[in-house]
Amino acid sequence: MQSITCECGHSNPYGTSLCQACGKPLDNDVEVLSSMRYEGSARRSQTYNKTFVDRTWNFFSSVRVGVWLIIIILVAAAIGTIFPQETFIPPNVDPATHYESEYGTLGLIYYLLGFHKLYGSWWFIILLGMLGLSIIIASLDRGIPLYKALKTQRVTRHDQFMKKQRLFSVSKEAELEEIKYTLESLRYKVREEKGNLFAEKGRFSRWGAYVNHVGLIIFLTGAMLRFFPGMYVDEILWVREGEKASIPGTKSEDGQYYLENKEFILEMYDKEEKKFNSALSSVDGEVAKNYQSNVTLYKTKPNHTIGEDPELVKVKDGEIRVNEPFKFDSFALYQTDFKLNEFNKMSFELEEKATGKKFGKLTVDLHEPEKKYDLGNGYRVEIEEYFPNFILNEQKQPSTVNNLPDNPAFVFSMYSPDTPKGEKAFVGIQKNIEAGENLFKMSFAGIETKDLTALTVRKDHTLWIIALGGFIFMIGVTQGLYWNYRRIWIKQNQDGVWAAAHTNKNWYGLKKDLDFLSEKTSLAALVDKESDTKEEYRSSRRV
Amino acid sequence: MAEISSTLLYSAFMIYLFSTLFFAMSISDKKNEKAAHTKKWGKIGFITACVGFAAQLGYFITRWIASGHAPVSNLFEFTTFFGMMMVLAFIILYAIYRTNGLGVFAMPVALLVIAYASMFPKDISPLIPALQSDWLKIHVTTAALGEGILAISFVSGLIYLIRTVDQSVSSKKTKWIEIVLYSLISVVGFIIISLAFKGAGYEASFEIMNDQNQPEKIVYDMPAIAGPANGEQLDDTFNPLFSTPSWMNGANASIKLNTFIWSLLSGAILYGLLRLILRKRIAAALQPKVKINPDLLDEISYRAVAIGFPIFTLGALIFAMIWAQEAWSRFWGWDPKEVWALITFLFYAAYLHLRLSRGWHGEKSAWLCVLGFWIITFNLIAVNLVLVGLHSYA
Repeated sequence: MQSITCECGHSNPYGTSLCQACGKPLDNDVEVLSSMRYEGSARRSQTYNKTFVDRTWNFFSSVRVGVWLIIIILVAAAIGTIFPQETFIPPNVDPATHYESEYGTLGLIYYLLGFHKLYGSWWFIILLGMLGLSIIIASLDRGIPLYKALKTQRVTRHDQFMKKQRLFSVSKEAELEEIKYTLESLRYKVREEKGNLFAEKGRFSRWGAYVNHVGLIIFLTGAMLRFFPGMYVDEILWVREGEKASIPGTKSEDGQYYLENKEFILEMYDKEEKKFNSALSSVDGEVAKNYQSNVTLYKTKPNHTIGEDPELVKVKDGEIRVNEPFKFDSFALYQTDFKLNEFNKMSFELEEKATGKKFGKLTVDLHEPEKKYDLGNGYRVEIEEYFPNFILNEQKQPSTVNNLPDNPAFVFSMYSPDTPKGEKAFVGIQKNIEAGENLFKMSFAGIETKDLTALTVRKDHTLWIIALGGFIFMIGVTQGLYWNYRRIWIKQNQDGVWAAAHTNKNWYGLKKDLDFLSEKTSLAALVDKESDTKEEYRSSRRV
Repeated sequence: MAEISSTLLYSAFMIYLFSTLFFAMSISDKKNEKAAHTKKWGKIGFITACVGFAAQLGYFITRWIASGHAPVSNLFEFTTFFGMMMVLAFIILYAIYRTNGLGVFAMPVALLVIAYASMFPKDISPLIPALQSDWLKIHVTTAALGEGILAISFVSGLIYLIRTVDQSVSSKKTKWIEIVLYSLISVVGFIIISLAFKGAGYEASFEIMNDQNQPEKIVYDMPAIAGPANGEQLDDTFNPLFSTPSWMNGANASIKLNTFIWSLLSGAILYGLLRLILRKRIAAALQPKVKINPDLLDEISYRAVAIGFPIFTLGALIFAMIWAQEAWSRFWGWDPKEVWALITFLFYAAYLHLRLSRGWHGEKSAWLCVLGFWIITFNLIAVNLVLVGLHSYA
């Protein structure tokens, strides 16, 4: 397509509506004021509409489409908060039944539509992707021609351009030097050409929108990178007090990290504390003050082989509290959960029922129980079966819920010189069921408990990208919204001095500048065409 | 120190009340009075608002000293602070535009917010571990300031609608304006009715089965219109008219629903009384009082969004994400409060883009500002009280 040469001599690309140098409308039906938003520059979306690529480009470059995408995402996000998302329902329930039983038919529909996993759903991700595409295309479509247009603009503007501006006036005479001085005192950048003036202020604010869009795109890219292997680790680690455990997700060429939980601390607020007395006395339970794990970090030697007992080298000690994660390498450990007083070891004594005489004590490690316990002199006990978290299952058979020793139960075989064939007993908490009439029993002799801490293990290499995106977004949004691009043109014509002014936003501020200008100089006050006509329109309607 | 603090808050409240009156004087409709009158009373109103703000700042500082942490940690403290930020936002925008009419509406809305706050428990409470972070003050104060400025865009938009919507005939628009005004009046209703029943020492007890299937006693401090789901009344007070549906979860859902119904009822009575006295729509009665140039109102509400949006984004999303990363190990978790902050962000982003096109200035834009404020209040109140999540601290 050929370019259009304006009468001022500037050659404009095909599709331009206002000459990029002097502002002359290049076609008769061009509306100057509404073209001012992008300087009447040749935007691809407004110029071509032939191919599929053109039409796709035009679709995504439209602000209207962008706004619709925002609204759809907004509504979808709101729908996702009607009922809790799957991640917020109790971990041990089946979502298929949970939503219906908790929230009735609506809950069932919610579940069937997949709204319980809305934010990870394919259509939500596609919507976000479309919004990203819209941001990129709309910015390129406008940003680049706008940049060129603002760079090419000339001091002297065409009469038609001047006359059509929202703020305009013609003065009999005006002292240019005076105007220039006043505008400079208002911190305008003033250029002069053949007795005409062009004053501008805050051009950089025009880039704000594009800068913040770049920030958003970086942010969204960062959020997507999470799905690439190696960028992101999210594990949970439970460690008992006094024990060491390998930290999941931290294995690398030069070794594997281990963590020792030296102590878990739970502190409550003192109800007697005067400051919080009235608040604390109005709640039933106690209010937590601190959750803390004191830990030591270890690392294996680089060349250790799996299966061997690793040789651990201490790295450092640390304290982990809520809001104070423990950081090493690119990892961080967060205080996430805890469990107090988990059963750890249980002790029993072998007792002759008739005499109450005891024949030795055994201690069962509830995590790794031994099979046989020899008590000497021909007395021994064997564990036939062990149920760490005992329950009677649907067939009324003893069974276990999981491996956690929350409700340990045993089937013991007790052997003595008197009972060489052994006697069986089922022993649990507050339970002792014998297979027949036994001579001996296992009597309870104490329990040891331990606290557990749960830590979230996190590595996130995408954070800096996301932070950078957020930072750029904030710069752009501030730049675009806290400043505005004001322009004032002064032109000497046969019938006097013409003045026109334009701003992309905050006309109130521009008018204040112009009032000051016409007060300090002999320039006639600029008239706002728009608000005058509006006022007339309104009063005519009221009649 | 705690006593000084509550005295200061009380004084701030009274001073704001006077400021409202002074602003109302400045736009009073007497023909023989001139611009000098408007200017004088406007100035007095503005100075009074500043004095009130200083007093409330005093409350904030002394309460901080008394509790040892920034007083933004529960619903009372946060809502009070939000009211204070609305006043600050008004002060900033008044300094730019010098519009007395804005004060007549902005100050009462801030007053309502502060009075509403005082209905929550006011005890100085200790910080649970999740809140023990410097980000508490940074995140919450910035977010509240952003919301306060955005609230001014609502006030300005509402004045725009009162000023411009044709009141000579009843229309959809006039109805919606009345609904907005009625909701503001319902807050007054809520405050009056809570104080009244509190003063009378009203109590109604019910026994319900809680989540652990244990019997639990719950106490209403207003007559129970909506009784608890499957609850048994323990005394011979007013019988509930219906039971709260069981899908309404969360702590004390039935009490909250009941309070909400009472607020709407008392709001309706107040609104009805006003209509009887005025003998026309409230907006129609207000219309001749507001003579601000609509273009200026449109400009103010747009400017308020332009100033408030970046601050809101910084406080409610960016600082929030940084804190969430430190406290919960992830910067984003689709918690309802987070989602509603995102919705607020998206809404105002859509508003800013719509302002690019011509047809969305003026009235449509004013309606959007009203809707935006509804989203903000929904996030402040409903998300904490109705939708359960990580942010339900109160």
